[in-house]
Amino acid sequence: MGLGYTGTMIQTITQQELPDASGSQTVVSVTGLTKRFGERLVVDNISFDIQRGQCVGFLGPNGAGKTTCISMLLGLVEKNAGEIRIFDLEAPRFHREIKARIGVVPQADSLDPDLSVEENLRTYAGYFRIPRRLARQRIEELLHFFALHNRRDEIIEHLSGGQRRRLLLARALLNEPELLILDEPTIGLDPQARHLIWERLAILQTQGTTMLLTSHYLDEVSRLSQQVLILDHGQVVVQGEPQQLITDMVGLEVFEVDGTVAELDALAASFRQCNATQERVGDKLYVYAREDCSRLVKVLGNAGSWVRRPANLEDLFIQLTGRSLRES
Amino acid sequence: MNGFSFWTIWLRNGRVWKKNILATLIGNLGQPLLFLLAMGYGLGRDMAPVAGLTYLQFIAPGLVASAVMYSAALETTYGSYTRLTVQKTYEAILMTPLGVVDLVLGEIVWGASKGMLAGVIMLLALPLFGVMPSPWVVALLPMLFLSGMFFSAFGLIMTALAKNYDFFNYFTSLVITPLFLFSGIFFPVQTMAPPVRGVLEMLPLTPIVSLARIFCYGRFGEPVLMKIIGSLLATGCAVWLAGYLLRRRLIQ
Repeated sequence: MGLGYTGTMIQTITQQELPDASGSQTVVSVTGLTKRFGERLVVDNISFDIQRGQCVGFLGPNGAGKTTCISMLLGLVEKNAGEIRIFDLEAPRFHREIKARIGVVPQADSLDPDLSVEENLRTYAGYFRIPRRLARQRIEELLHFFALHNRRDEIIEHLSGGQRRRLLLARALLNEPELLILDEPTIGLDPQARHLIWERLAILQTQGTTMLLTSHYLDEVSRLSQQVLILDHGQVVVQGEPQQLITDMVGLEVFEVDGTVAELDALAASFRQCNATQERVGDKLYVYAREDCSRLVKVLGNAGSWVRRPANLEDLFIQLTGRSLRES
Repeated sequence: MNGFSFWTIWLRNGRVWKKNILATLIGNLGQPLLFLLAMGYGLGRDMAPVAGLTYLQFIAPGLVASAVMYSAALETTYGSYTRLTVQKTYEAILMTPLGVVDLVLGEIVWGASKGMLAGVIMLLALPLFGVMPSPWVVALLPMLFLSGMFFSAFGLIMTALAKNYDFFNYFTSLVITPLFLFSGIFFPVQTMAPPVRGVLEMLPLTPIVSLARIFCYGRFGEPVLMKIIGSLLATGCAVWLAGYLLRRRLIQ
């Protein structure tokens, strides 16, 4: 399958993504946002900004308030307190104007199952009042960009999971949005399908599209985001540049060691000679090294099995939000 | 400019409808046509004239009105509920510049259009049964659309309240079927005892059935204006309530 796309796509998007003369660099500005469902405080006094051209990753365990936050940006959930400004317009008061300039890839598939790929796009373009000829041209570009042009007449039911996701993305880009909101854009997809989507999102990013991304796949977030914001229990736990946060809060690298209690006790003692924090989970010892601990590698020879790897976003996430399940 | 945005939702529904045109038409028209055949032709042959009309002539206009009711009400219950829940169409629409008001108007006007189409096809079928409508029948068309608006809005109210598809059994068994039977389609309401007549005349389908009969045959024996005003008011209230309840369901 040819995944190339035409040059016109880049041009149209580049032209459109240049900040307009009057536009400020802050695309989204949220202050003191709060939402209660009955007695339950779901979003608790959250503040954050999204700058033009950035991709901000929204992370948090299930029920942390990510989706509620996004729904409030779109006016689908009413806020109890706080202020939301998008494109310098107050939300939800100007939701019509705001939503005309946003593209959304929702978590749940909301394609029209009775319509074909192309009809889905044409119908959605209608909601944005995009003139027919312009819509036809954009649909053509987007079908090529997302490698769907061979499936244009296919009914949604016959598409694979990856194709549906790509179509949702194409649909979100019809109005040439200045802000793209991606709620779990690659959930449930195989690695090939995920990589294709990441590749396309990376192209959009080089063209300056501002993005808000939520995902449970932390490798996805590390790959795409320049800023992350970790939510838990409705509050912002931390926000900043992912690599900086990892280095500051977790360390440089991680040793994961399996072994018996006695073995791990001995190793734990050895690792105290190095600037590192330690964590025991079951039969496993995690050592988060804040400096180069290479000199201790020799003591690991005694352990059953071990891995040495760079610290990543998942370590940071677990450190900040804990290991307990959030299933309720 | 934005006032007509709901039209894009109407177009979306039309695009889907075109794909299943035959199934929906048969589904909506089967019942009234069969009733016309069984009751009007089968039963009516041996009956004395009612209100100066043969029994088939008597029930034909009311069955036109009932076709509108069924078509409109089913569209905004089963149809709209599917779009609200299974297909998440409303969620997708609310992520565009369209709002709940556009959504409600689009759905109701769509349901009314489908109802009106069912009514018009029924009217066109009447000559096959030997019923020749008068030219006044043209004045009936806006009334059928209005009635379609009312029953679409009523259906959408049910959709906004529904927890599952079974909920609509209450609506069809306790609302739609009684209206079909007691709104003066099959017997004249005017000759009932005053208290019964009072109740039956308050039912939302009754004035439409009377208007259908009046305009169908051009026989103006009853006050027309009151029925029209009453229907307009009821429709306005139903549309408002549908909007209020659907907004409550969609925006938390």
